[in-house]
Amino acid sequence: MEWETVIGLEIHAQLMTKSKIFSGSSTAYGAEPNTQANIVDLAMPGVLPVLNIEAVRMAAKFGLGINAPVSQRSVFARKNYFYPDLPQGYQISQFDLPIVEMGYIDIPLEDGSHKRIGITRAHLEQDAGKSLHEDFAGMTGIDLNRAGTPLLEIVSEPDMSSAKEAVAYMKKIHALVQYLEICDGNMQEGSFRCDANVSIRPKGQKELGTRTELKNINSFRFVERAINIEIARQIDIIEDGGTVVQETRLFDPNKDETRSMRSKEEANDYRYFPDPDLLPVRISDDFIEAIRDTLPELPEAKKQRFMDEFALSDYDAESMTATRALSDYYEIVAKKSGEAKLAANWIMGNLSAALNKEDKDIIDSPISADMLAGMIKRISDNTISGKIAKDVFEAMWNGEGNADTVIENKGLKQITDSGAIETMIDDIIANNQAQVEEFQAGKEKVLGFLVGQVMKASKGKANPAQVNQLLRAKLKD
Amino acid sequence: MSLSTEEVKKISLLARLAISDEEAQQYSESLSEIFDLVAQMNAVDTSGIEPMAHPQDISQRLREDVVTASNEREKFQSIAPATEKGLYLIPQVIE
Repeated sequence: MEWETVIGLEIHAQLMTKSKIFSGSSTAYGAEPNTQANIVDLAMPGVLPVLNIEAVRMAAKFGLGINAPVSQRSVFARKNYFYPDLPQGYQISQFDLPIVEMGYIDIPLEDGSHKRIGITRAHLEQDAGKSLHEDFAGMTGIDLNRAGTPLLEIVSEPDMSSAKEAVAYMKKIHALVQYLEICDGNMQEGSFRCDANVSIRPKGQKELGTRTELKNINSFRFVERAINIEIARQIDIIEDGGTVVQETRLFDPNKDETRSMRSKEEANDYRYFPDPDLLPVRISDDFIEAIRDTLPELPEAKKQRFMDEFALSDYDAESMTATRALSDYYEIVAKKSGEAKLAANWIMGNLSAALNKEDKDIIDSPISADMLAGMIKRISDNTISGKIAKDVFEAMWNGEGNADTVIENKGLKQITDSGAIETMIDDIIANNQAQVEEFQAGKEKVLGFLVGQVMKASKGKANPAQVNQLLRAKLKD
Repeated sequence: MSLSTEEVKKISLLARLAISDEEAQQYSESLSEIFDLVAQMNAVDTSGIEPMAHPQDISQRLREDVVTASNEREKFQSIAPATEKGLYLIPQVIE
């Protein structure tokens, strides 16, 4: 039987506020354990949460970014469950009246088309602390620094039908929250986390199959792998005559499997009710309009502008706006070099290869946008060839200075003096009489060999087009 | 409407409250009485009335995003049963 996959994602984005959502503790990452957990975070008796305006502003900003209505009235609710890194015994979250309601985002598909993914809701909530299970002689260590950090939980519609689409969606949201400057997107530090709801059904069936929830899939690679493994597992079960159990499953990247988290099930009765410690949040039109005025150019708009302004293809424009940092980098290179297409090619080609190899982000690139623009300028004014540029690029990457310095120090300037090139050509003709005769007898292909010889003699510094032209002229004589 | 002793036990488990069978029986009776009160309120026609999220008709005050807390770990940990390397230690929980 042919199966169809249905996927919905729940993304938790940590909001970049300075202080926690309901207390004045710092949210800075990496502090000594429990030094950023005050009486509110520890849920001492008698304390009251007070909502951070910046968290509200950031959530509203996200709403505007996904074309969703921002609720003028939203309500915080208690989600009750027991876990030691949650001192209150409940998580303050939002339930039936979230701050952001139905919106959408368009994701690129492999065939170049786009698909609209619905975003059911986004709500504010507090993060839990961290449990450390090792090294304490049968005890568990609790660090509450993270407890109370503001989270935006972004819930999609079950609109994705493959692991690849899920990854494309996750990347889009990841880029958007960074464009909006509401989340740093750091997946290693857990600032951006993802759970996936996965189910399968016979192709063409309307009714949804039983879903499982996958946890612990905190990288783009893991999302794709975990979902594919889970789809295969569900198909196996059903084709063997079994039924899929609705449950939470943990992805284990070391064993490449998902496994049941049974303990989570028993607690899966959250008994939500409005938090009596918090009043309804009311947001005025003015508040929302003030946020709208501060919105940066969003990825879709920027992509369109790159297509209009720099004549980029849909694909190139999509790539160059994948993240805000990348789009900023690209724009500088394109404008300063005056070669928009060449700039995109170098960034997608050599630069991203070099960054990937050293697992670096574009903001940590040893070659700044100005440096890359400087190098591209030297290609377009014929100081160096595209081939030599690769050596210049490598030297810049290794910290040998900017393009002009490298070209000067290594003597890489392209030879454009036709007299010098002609001298080299004469040498090559004299030393390769056999090939010259073949060419003159009509064997066109041999020209390539001869051009190659001249290029070699010039150590790659001659202009290939010029060599070609001069060589042809000489051979005709 | 009544609440069974099984339901009371489930709730006590979720809340991590240890109760005896006898207590479960008592709670099931007293909680059922509360349910009866809720049932009476349910009979009131509330159509057209916006549900309340809080008994006071005012909205949430918001605070500026400023770090105002300082590190008081020592004070907090002085009343904790066990700590190590700055962590609170608790009986082991494992997924």
